[in-house]
Amino acid sequence: MTASFFSVVIAIIQKDLQAELRSRELVATMILFSLLSVLVFSFALELDRVAEEQAVSGVLWVTIVFASLLGLNRSMAMESDNASIDALLLAPIHRGAIFAGKLVSNFVFTVAVGLLLMPLMSLLYNLDLLAWWLLLVVVLGTLGICVTGTLLATMSLQSRSPAALLAIVQLPVVLPILLAAVIASNGIIGGTPNSDWIDWVQILAVIDVIYLSLCFLTFAYVIEE
Amino acid sequence: MSEASSIIEIEAVSKAYGYMPVLKKLSLTVQRGQFVALLGPNGSGKSTLLKMISGLVKATAGTITVGGWSMPQEAQAVRPQIGMVSHKALLYDNLTARENLLFFAKLYNVHQSAPIDELLEKVGLRKRADSLVGTFSRGMQQRLSIARALLHNPHVLLFDEPYTGLDQDAGAVLDNLLIDAHQAGHTIMMATHQLERAARLADRIVIISRGEVGYDHTRRLSSAEIGTLYTETTGAASAR
Repeated sequence: MTASFFSVVIAIIQKDLQAELRSRELVATMILFSLLSVLVFSFALELDRVAEEQAVSGVLWVTIVFASLLGLNRSMAMESDNASIDALLLAPIHRGAIFAGKLVSNFVFTVAVGLLLMPLMSLLYNLDLLAWWLLLVVVLGTLGICVTGTLLATMSLQSRSPAALLAIVQLPVVLPILLAAVIASNGIIGGTPNSDWIDWVQILAVIDVIYLSLCFLTFAYVIEE
Repeated sequence: MSEASSIIEIEAVSKAYGYMPVLKKLSLTVQRGQFVALLGPNGSGKSTLLKMISGLVKATAGTITVGGWSMPQEAQAVRPQIGMVSHKALLYDNLTARENLLFFAKLYNVHQSAPIDELLEKVGLRKRADSLVGTFSRGMQQRLSIARALLHNPHVLLFDEPYTGLDQDAGAVLDNLLIDAHQAGHTIMMATHQLERAARLADRIVIISRGEVGYDHTRRLSSAEIGTLYTETTGAASAR
């Protein structure tokens, strides 16, 4: 009897978390990059208070996107280092379970960085970023980024320089997510009425559902020869 | 299912990467319990053939059946029957030996019954069960790789140049593990450049040259005889 879809997903998540807790390579790199990024932007925008307020959601999302690229590269490198991905493919498991497992792991690491950024940026930029709606936007935006990133990072594994390729293909694909997330975040941070930005949160959720369906359905074709 | 005693049937299989043909209408039938050594120069198609049997690579043309199931259409039925050891470890460096085996046991749904400690003992890694695989030597990783391949007790074991990077002692340990697996009734196909080992371990020699079976015999041969055949078949000098 083959392993069930969910037991494989859980096994992959456990494996990734176990490896990360031990090595701390992935999260440490992402957090360090994020800290440097928000600090650099903080100094760059220090003299112009208005520009700082307007740019803060952009800084948040640029940092999350680039931190996610670092995380996705490291996460998939773990599968390619000893050709471990072949061992996953040799097993009698649903390919979608590999996608779901890797997606959840990548999402957990990236959303943790996003959640860390919110209080940190509140301090550095002297703005209130600790809002439930912003938390929801961060979760939805990060989910979308990780969905496409997991698929594209798997595709780029077969290239000679997967890190560069992932950045090139991922950034255009996440533009719709970034657009919706930045506009919604701007509205929330700026304290404008819900009606001004709530549509963008809904659009973000719809984009997530579309990307999730497409990536889940195409993953098996991408991962196999 | 065709013949009761055959477990792998490869019929007129071709494979091309782009316009580059690797295998050309290759046919081969492997009997249950046989130890087949696949010999041939680099690029002759040995690894590609093993990858096609395991389902990692799809054939451009032809049919492959394992235990009566077609690849890749019935891959889900074939995968539990196959264990593969490659020249790469197919293991996770940041997990311990035991954690690696437990993870793969879960993928094969044998985590409640898999004899993980027994396998670690068998490959001589019981004392290092809780050490990270990243700290292992190449030989230790290869032994653990064999334990991983045996975890779900597959009928067929595929070895793709398993001796790459191993010193003499590690090679000898691997020899014993292969002999044990063969005696336990596993069907083994091993791609290798080591003619002496092929002569000593295998009960069938298949030489692949330019994507075709150049020589196929079940007679036990000395390494010198295999070397001569190898040179005649492939036109390449043998590296014994």
